[in-house]
Amino acid sequence: MPAPRSNPRLRIHPLGDTALLAELGTRLDTALNTRAIALATALKKRRDVRQAVAGYATVTVHFDPEQTTHDALGAAIKRLAAKRPPFGEPGRLHRIPVTYDGPDIESVGATLKLSPEQIAEIHSRPIYRVFLVGFVPGWAYLGPLAEELALPRRHVPRTLVPAGSVAIAARQTGIYPLPTPGGWHLIGRTSVKLFLPDSDPPCLFRAGDRVKFFPTRA
Amino acid sequence: MNHALRVGEPGLSTTVQDLGRPNAISAGVPPGGAMDRFAHSAANLLVGNDIGAASLECTLGGPHLVAEQSCLIAITGADLDPHINGKPASMWTAVFLGQGDRLAFGRRRTGARAYIAVAGGVDGVRWLGSLSTNVMAARGGMSGRALKAGDVIDVAGEPRRPAISGRRLLEHLRPDYGDRTLQVIAGPHFKRLDAEGRRQLFNATFKVTKDSDRMGYRLEGPRLETSGDELLSFGLASGAVQVPHGGQPILLMADHQTAGGYPVVATVVSAALPIAAQLLPGDELHFAEITLDRAQQMRKALALALDSLRSAPAG
Repeated sequence: MPAPRSNPRLRIHPLGDTALLAELGTRLDTALNTRAIALATALKKRRDVRQAVAGYATVTVHFDPEQTTHDALGAAIKRLAAKRPPFGEPGRLHRIPVTYDGPDIESVGATLKLSPEQIAEIHSRPIYRVFLVGFVPGWAYLGPLAEELALPRRHVPRTLVPAGSVAIAARQTGIYPLPTPGGWHLIGRTSVKLFLPDSDPPCLFRAGDRVKFFPTRA
Repeated sequence: MNHALRVGEPGLSTTVQDLGRPNAISAGVPPGGAMDRFAHSAANLLVGNDIGAASLECTLGGPHLVAEQSCLIAITGADLDPHINGKPASMWTAVFLGQGDRLAFGRRRTGARAYIAVAGGVDGVRWLGSLSTNVMAARGGMSGRALKAGDVIDVAGEPRRPAISGRRLLEHLRPDYGDRTLQVIAGPHFKRLDAEGRRQLFNATFKVTKDSDRMGYRLEGPRLETSGDELLSFGLASGAVQVPHGGQPILLMADHQTAGGYPVVATVVSAALPIAAQLLPGDELHFAEITLDRAQQMRKALALALDSLRSAPAG
């Protein structure tokens, strides 16, 4: 049997004494994210792991310090990360209706020299990947967003963004699940509920899912 | 009827908390739970409950409660000047309340958060596996909100061990809430700090600002300069010390956001989180770097203190 390849980019850092951060890479990359999700899934099955959360290219592992140590778990992660991830089923596909009339669509259009219709067309063209669920309940980081729509965040974040706002920033897009402060550009809105507090898990999207937006009239 | 306590005055912010919902973080839901897990756990053990039972977390000012039926309670954590029927009540001690007895709090003396456990455990609405109150989602505990006047606190069940009045946690086993040093392990992005930032992190004094709550504490101190490319968002943990662009660190607490992209330069160790939980705006603190071995010793010391309450009660 060939020895498992060790991953030269794998870095394992302590996150206090009961968690660690396993970093598989530093790029926004679907293959890296697939490996992070597979690693998190494998780690969740271990008895000494309380929770494992995939980031874009990382896994944050919360462990039981009575059952393992940072070093022992780190060694196990290195072995798991060297394995080829199991062939994954494609994530569930969600089709999300969007009315492209967000408060920032004019300013985004002015900056990017695009009409609102063009923004809607470019934004609703790809099938996005859910890279990460987190930040606030139900929030999902979707991407990659087309280069033509890439903009830095707003200089002054809004103190309150309405739930259902469809937003863009850098190479990412997302939907605000709850009324929260936010610094992304609001280009549209949807009536689809992202945060489902009475379901378990309480969110529509899961890491690895696919999302397709389609324009609708108000 | 399982009515144990009726709320006269609710206090500044009194919420039902247990050990939180760690399984929900992959849905973006904060882990939640008691900020001072040691005080919460000790209060439960004193009244014969398991540490996972829910207690009341009382912030800065405690509630006024009237016993609807006789019950055994324990008050731990911050000293918010508890009184029973007008007489000072012992803290870190199992205390018997007869029907009609009144528990009230006066003026805060030390710390920020006191815990009240009731034999049998505080009951409430379970959400995603936990009774902890999540105010943002308006779920868990007492209808997903802080207590208000007129609420009735029910007892969830029978205590797991005999409920014995007078059991107490020895004074030398209680946390030293007056020590404002938070022990940390260097974080994943410690090396993004410049040399001056690394020196400042472990030498400077940081002040807890008024922008501080169960989600986290914004700290004020020397500006910490970080460098490097923008990080891709990753999962966070309680105790993480993030440094956003302005260079003023944020210490993440129980209701923290589950993911973020700011550099984490240090993480407060689990055994120091109870001390952090008792800080309030205006308090000053220091970070001290320790090893994982030392963190384990600190954790063991707290576990031994709690174990002293699990054994057969003294005389």
